[in-house]
Amino acid sequence: MKPAAFDYVVPRTVPEAVAALGDAGRKAQVLAGGQSLILEMHLQRIRPELVVDINRIAGLDRLSVEGDTLRVGALVRHSVFESAQSAPGPLGALFARAVVNIAHPPIRSRGTMVGSFAWAHPASEWCAIGTALDADIEVHGLEGKRVVAARDYFHGPYRTARRPQELITAVRFPLLGDDTGVGFIEHRRTHFCFAQVAVAAALTVRDGVIGEARIGLVNCADRPLRAGAAERALIGVEVGPPVDGHRLPDGHPFAHAGRIAATQDAAPLAEPFADVEYKRHAIAVLVGRTLCQAANDQRSRLAQPKGDHK
Amino acid sequence: MKITLTVNGEAYPLDVEPRRILADVLREDCRLTGTHLGCEHGICGACTVLVDGEAVRSCLMFAVQCDGSSVRTVEGLAGPDGEPHPLQRAFSAEHALQCGFCTPGFLMVAAGALEADPAIGDSPERVDGLVGSNICRCTGYEPIRRAILRAAREQTEGERDGGNR
Repeated sequence: MKPAAFDYVVPRTVPEAVAALGDAGRKAQVLAGGQSLILEMHLQRIRPELVVDINRIAGLDRLSVEGDTLRVGALVRHSVFESAQSAPGPLGALFARAVVNIAHPPIRSRGTMVGSFAWAHPASEWCAIGTALDADIEVHGLEGKRVVAARDYFHGPYRTARRPQELITAVRFPLLGDDTGVGFIEHRRTHFCFAQVAVAAALTVRDGVIGEARIGLVNCADRPLRAGAAERALIGVEVGPPVDGHRLPDGHPFAHAGRIAATQDAAPLAEPFADVEYKRHAIAVLVGRTLCQAANDQRSRLAQPKGDHK
Repeated sequence: MKITLTVNGEAYPLDVEPRRILADVLREDCRLTGTHLGCEHGICGACTVLVDGEAVRSCLMFAVQCDGSSVRTVEGLAGPDGEPHPLQRAFSAEHALQCGFCTPGFLMVAAGALEADPAIGDSPERVDGLVGSNICRCTGYEPIRRAILRAAREQTEGERDGGNR
């Protein structure tokens, strides 16, 4: 099918865009990368009366470090994060590990990170990372700007705290210190599939002991999750010598955390080719492996001279 | 809506409905039917073209979004004298096509990557990423991978020999 007819506006400023979205008489959609929206319009599952194309708003493509946060503007494309230098330190490394799992290069050159937050698909890599890292979502409406914490932002599949008349202008992530190691592992049936399960992890280690753990779960519930119970089980644990994540002994703390994430944190939904039992098994395995990757990343970061984090 | 597309260096002043995707406008209004439409879902990649130098799915962009942009299609690959592009020669030499339906998309995704980074042949995993972007139901992908590597090699060797391209 082809997209149904719609009116099309190209605002040049954020207030113009918000004014266009505020036209309550018409069902409006924001067009940024369009890699999900235009597909849904082809299928006519979404039939907007008005499309607000924000691609010509100056400044929305800015990626900037502000204090101890990274601010990602609404037009920053996925492909920017393919370089680990896009963001300072471990945060850039985490983004670079995750982004290669998002579709393929011609989709990544159009699609945007902020668009993933707006779309809120449960299998979105960025949304789970945002939830794990306590990202903030900046939303502009007719009454001005408000900031929503990621933990309050996701309400379910495609459902968020954004009101229909609001525009997301940026997402802000806290920068990660050099004592933090990161990991990201995704499991899917084929190259062209969405994630069955994916896990993001950031481990902060001081003197060989885990001081802080952040675990994000992709497609492990109807929305992105942070695995709080598994994280708490890791605090104060010694990371110990490197282990092969593929053959993690049952008694290893990372295997233990994986089982907690799978049974206490996750609320997986059955999908074709992945029932709940299978997903719980995959979550336990992947959390263990991702924690191993994060611990190894932290070790290699320690071994590098200070300030030279790649 | 009135827009101007620059396609393969030629300006096309057009009047198009916002709902029309770039691929349809290229094929029907510009009469450039080298860009193929397979799935129209952004999956198969047969419709890949370059917009301002970047490979995009022309089924997942509205033509009106490209107002003022420079679009390059498979028709724009060959030189002005009809001399095939190094990628086209490499695809021929490596038998990287059979039915040819997917070929314009593969050529354009590879052309965009080669122009952005002529050294892409040095990182086979990135070439794998490119080949994995599109669907081919004939070749099994390996000849396409070899063709992209061959074109990349020829390009860097050509430059070393004094750029006789």
